[in-house]
Parts: sequence; C-alpha cells; structure tokens
Amino acid sequence: MKRWLALLLFALLALPAAAEVPKPVIAIAKPGQCIAPVEEMRRNHMDMLRHQRDRTLRLGEREAKVSLNACIDCHASRDNGSVLGDKENFCQGCHAYAAVKLDCFECHQAKAKKTAEIKP
Amino acid sequence: MTAHIAYRELGNKSAFWILFLITAALAAAGLAAHLTMEHHGHVITGMDNRIVWGLPHVFAVFLIVAASGALNVASTASVFGKSIYKPLAPLSGLVSLCLLAGGLAVLVLDLGRSDRLIVAATQYNFKSIFAWNIFLYTGFYAVVGAYLWLMLEKRFNKYAHAAGVTAFVWRLVLTTGTGSIFGFLVAREAYQSAIMAPMFITYSLAYGTAIYLIVLLSACRIEQRPLGDEVLRRLKNLTATFVAASLYFAAAHHLTNLYFTRNHGVEAFILVDGGPITQLFWLGQVLVGAVLPLVLLLAPGVTRGRIVAACIAIVLGGLAQMYVTIIGGQAWPLDLFPGYAVSSSFADGQIHPYAPGLWEVLLALSGLGIAALLTVTALRLLRFLPERVDDTSLAQHEK
Amino acid sequence: MSENGQPSSGRRNILGAGAAAAALAIAPGIQLITTAGAHASGTHALASNKQRWGLLIDTSRCKTGCTECASACARENAIEPGAGRPAQNAQWLRKIELKDKVSGRELSLPMMCQHCAHPPCVDVCPTGASMQRADGIVLVDRHICIGCRYCMMACPYQARSFVHEPLHAQNPEVPRGQGCVEACTLCVQRVDRGQQPACVEACQASGGAAMVFGDLKDPGSEIAKRVASVASSQVRADLRLDPAVRYQGI
Repeated sequence: MKRWLALLLFALLALPAAAEVPKPVIAIAKPGQCIAPVEEMRRNHMDMLRHQRDRTLRLGEREAKVSLNACIDCHASRDNGSVLGDKENFCQGCHAYAAVKLDCFECHQAKAKKTAEIKP
Repeated sequence: MTAHIAYRELGNKSAFWILFLITAALAAAGLAAHLTMEHHGHVITGMDNRIVWGLPHVFAVFLIVAASGALNVASTASVFGKSIYKPLAPLSGLVSLCLLAGGLAVLVLDLGRSDRLIVAATQYNFKSIFAWNIFLYTGFYAVVGAYLWLMLEKRFNKYAHAAGVTAFVWRLVLTTGTGSIFGFLVAREAYQSAIMAPMFITYSLAYGTAIYLIVLLSACRIEQRPLGDEVLRRLKNLTATFVAASLYFAAAHHLTNLYFTRNHGVEAFILVDGGPITQLFWLGQVLVGAVLPLVLLLAPGVTRGRIVAACIAIVLGGLAQMYVTIIGGQAWPLDLFPGYAVSSSFADGQIHPYAPGLWEVLLALSGLGIAALLTVTALRLLRFLPERVDDTSLAQHEK
Repeated sequence: MSENGQPSSGRRNILGAGAAAAALAIAPGIQLITTAGAHASGTHALASNKQRWGLLIDTSRCKTGCTECASACARENAIEPGAGRPAQNAQWLRKIELKDKVSGRELSLPMMCQHCAHPPCVDVCPTGASMQRADGIVLVDRHICIGCRYCMMACPYQARSFVHEPLHAQNPEVPRGQGCVEACTLCVQRVDRGQQPACVEACQASGGAAMVFGDLKDPGSEIAKRVASVASSQVRADLRLDPAVRYQGI
C-alpha cells in the first residue's frame, strides 16, 4: 500500500517536473576520462570532495587524485572558462537541474587556473 | 499544600493585536536587515576588522544576560522558598525563554555564515567557551521548559522545587559562560578579568528583573488584573538591591583595573576621554542605569509609574553598559609593542571609531522585537498570568 | 559527544599515524625538504610535527615606507581593496611603524599571523574551524567557519580579517570568501610545494633580505641557526603563546 502511494506521489510530482525541466546541455573544455565512471562521479563527487578537503587543508595533502581545482580545469566551459555562469556551465547547470545548493564557490575560484590568473 | 492558582490567557484582544503588530514589524525588519547583510556582506554595516562585534552583539548579549536574570522571580519562589512569588513564577520562566530566543536570534543572524548554523550545532571545539555556551543555551531551554511544565501541571508540582534548583544553577553557569566570553580574551585590556563572570551575573539579575517587572506591570494593567502592593514593594526593593550590586561590581571592576598602572590607558579611555564611550558610561550606565532607578525605586511615595520608569531606565542603562563593554573594549587598541607609539594601514595603535549603520540597528532592535513578540503571543495563547495577583490571594500561598 | 563534535578526529589520528609512518619511510626526503626548503622530486609529504615553520624578521634591515612584502602578499593571495571603508579591507600582512616613546628610536616591521604554538584563536573557535596543522601553521577551515569573529576578538596581534563582501577574483589555490575569517597562511600553498612565502621572496628580491623563512625545528636550517646565535624576540612574549614569528632588534 505504502509503495503504491509513494509511486503515485512520485508520478504526480516528479514525472511532470522531469518532463518540464530540460536536462542540462553542457559543453566542457576538456572532455575525456574522469577519475571515476560517470555514474560514480554523479553519485559520489560531493563525498569525495568533502573527504579530500579535510586532508588537503588539515594535513597538507596536495597531490591527491580528488581535487576541486582539477575538476574545474577539465569541466570549465569553453566560453567563459568557468564551471559557473549559466545553465550550460558544468557545476551550475547540473546543480540548478537537481535543485541542490552549491556552496563551493562562495570561496573557491570557479574559473580554470589559466583563466583565473589575473596577474602573471 | 497551597491553594490552587488560577491562570488565564490575555483577554484584551485589541491590545494584543496592537502589540503583536508592532513587535512582528520589528522582527520582520530585523529579518530583512539580515537578508540584506547576507546578500551584500557586512560591508554595509558599521562593523569592520577592528570593531568586529557591533550593535547586534550589544543587544544580543544584553538579551541573553537579561534572560537568565528574568528567571529570578521563579528562583526566589522555588529555590529560596518565598512562596509569595509562586503565582508569578511561570511568567518569569516564560519571559526568560523569550528573551533568550530574541538574543540568540540576533547573534545567529549576525554571523558571517548564518546559513551554516548546522555546523555550529554539529561540530564542537570543547576548548571554546562559545561551544559550551551552545550547550548552555539549548540546555537552558530544556531545563526551564521542564521547570515550567512541572510548575503548571498540578500533579507534578512536587517536583517543581528540584527543577527550580536545577534551573537556578543552570542560569548561574550560563551567565558565567556569557561573562567568560569576555573574561577569557587574553589580550583585550578592557576585559581579561575574572570579575567579568560574577559581574555579568549581577547585571543579569538587575536587567532580567527589570524586564520582568515591565512585562508584569503592563500585562496586569492592560488586563486590569489586580496586582498587590506588597508583592510589588518586595519586587522593587529586590530590583534596587540588584542595581546597587551591579554598581558595586562596576566600581570594583574599574578600581581593580586602575590598580595596575598598565591598565591606566584603557581606563582613562572609558572613564575620562573616550568621547561617546565615556558619555555612555557615566550618563548611560551610571546615571540612567543605576542612580536614577535607585532614586525612583527607593525615594518615598513610590508609584507604579515610577517603578516602570525605573525599570525602563535599568534597561537603557544595561544597553549602555553592554555598548561600553563590547564596543569600548574593541575601540581601545591592542598593545602589541608596549612602550612604542605605533601606526599602520590597519589602524594599529589608534582608538577606533564605530558608527552603527541602519541595517545593524534594525537587526539589533529586532532582538527586543522577537523577545516581545514571543512573550505577547505566548501570553495570549497560554495560561501564564494569574487571574489575581493581589496581596490577599498571594498571602494564601505564603506559608 | 566528542566523536560527534569532531567527526573525523578519530580518522585524522589514524591518518596522522599513517602519515608519520610514511614520513619515516621517506626520511631522507624529509631531510632534504627541511634543509633546502625545496623538494625537487615532487614527492610531497604531509604536514608533520617534525617541522615547525617560522619566520625571522630583522627589523634593522626592514625599511620604513617599504611595503614590498605586503604587496607581494596581496598579489599572491589575491587580496584586493573592497568597496567598503579601508578598515573593512582584509590585510593579511601589514607594515607597522614604531617609535620608542622614550628614546625616539624608529623602526618598521611587518606584522601578520604569528602562528602561535598555543593560538588563542584555535582555543576560542566554537566549531574547530580555526586550526593548527602539525607543522605549526595556523589556518581557518572555511568549510566550517561560521563567521562568528570570536577569533578576531581573541587574537592579540589583530592578525585576522573578516571578509566583508562577496569575492570573485580568488587565486584558485587560495580560496577565500564572504562571511569567513581569514589570516596569513604562511603561503601554505607555496610551502607545501617547497617554496618560500611570497613576502619573504619579495623582500629578498627587493634587496631587503629582512625576512628568513624556514623550519625552526631543523638545527641545520638558516632560521634555526640564526635564532640560536642572535638575540630575537617574540611579540607579546608575556602572553606565552610561543609565536613562530620572531623579530630581531625590537
């Protein structure tokens, strides 16, 4: 019974919503192989980053496989060199689609390293 | 066994709605100020890297300190066995919780990252008195909440005494914690004294009892409920005692500081040539906050109007005291190089000015608004105020 | 409750042990790092309590009016003046001009986070955002900083700044943002690469050579030798916070 109710609720709420909101179309600067399969990255990237952030900051581990700056270097958009900006930008596009608050870039630079370097 | 006390909600609807709208407007203005500050950053306030705690902290700390003092009447009733105050005890607990809510709201809304409140609630550094205060504040809610329940539920009245003692001890620890926030700052010449904690406890007794009396007298007047002269006489004498004790502690604090020559600079700043800080100390904290209420409360022929005026003066004086303590303590420069005159691009060695901006004034005032809004609403919805507080009905409880 | 309070402290301890083991395994490499302050191999060790990074500042070589160190600091860490009042701008490193009230002797020196061994900012921080690495560098974990500013009240050196407005031009290696407190990191991103802090490099490049950076625990390092041989002092040593920044000639 509960399962049916849940399904009904899902059909009422989620399906029309999914039908109305277009999936983000994202063009990134360096397409290619990520550090893990897409499915795993989609599901776990936040945990990977959370885990690594403490190691980098508190232990000084600088050469880890997981790195926000490395994410940005590959996933920044070709147009503005950033993972933020519009629906087409990697982080912003997907987080807007999934309606999840994105807090990283309150402090972190959202542009790929070369673009961000203001002063040589 | 004492006679049953009948409590009733506020009945005066129009008075309630007027008060509700005023206090709700204040609270809403504070929320708007918070959202604006969160959007633009603290750059739109008068605060900066030297005056890091501004007017919101003045009001927030005042309300938190007053909150523990407002519990005073309840403590006197159950801890010290003065059963004449028993019918007045629930209101005391209520005012206490509402003041704490107002103070904490301002404190939280003034954080740089208020959106991360969950972090403050889940990650603790137990060396920090701030972290301990988070437990003391939430614990205060639990303890006073339980105390209120045991007082108001007739079947459990017998446990109210134990709960009252717990609440009393808790509030002493809580205010010690608040005072220690300042007492533990090693390099701030205006604080760094163990006297901060007991001094804050004394302040809390005066501020809290004054606010309680304002609420009680206004509620009884609006509701036209009888309030006995005898209980009022005792309460105003109690308040006067607390004000005198506060004055004593303030004097002891400054005299102790003056004993050490190295502190003469900061003391001269606060007591003699600190401009607005000095004025707020002498005119605000001492004259309006202590001398005036003492005269109003102790001179013969006290009227209810005079008691309310005295209590309002105590509140104003209390806010002045917090301003002198918090802003004055920061305006005075840190002495990095004793014996040297220093200057830098970061205001080293300078007495730093502070002028609160519109947003932080609104945020600060909203603390009073939220506390009053909660009190008024609770009194309208719940049975906290006794139907009769006249001397004959109170005398039945005095056994 | 303390497990709850420090969710990763247990894990961190385990990691710390692991890191120590790793450090032992590559001990020669570590020696290399501490003496030269540079590791050519690129093998990167974790912060270790075998080291304590510090600065020695010779005030006799620090010129009044010279702000090379402060400019380099602002450049490296992308600190720009904001739209607000000057006192609202972040300053991780500032020059202080001093004048002896009795003798009239004048001197000039840079002031920044002193990276105390017993930092009051770490003690008072309610969430544990103010923290100290094993190698003594005091940092703010902006992931859990709530912007309460208690650390700024507690710091005897006025070394910390609060970010008063939104930022967009950060150095990718130096995250900083609105609503958090920050201070000199000893250019931790450079130190972890084996480089010197930007201020030290700039001081040397300008011919001042008033600043020496290095490992105070390594007897062979220049800073340790100098500290062992010449009189130097810590600012507000009476507070017994044991800062890692030392000054000559005060």
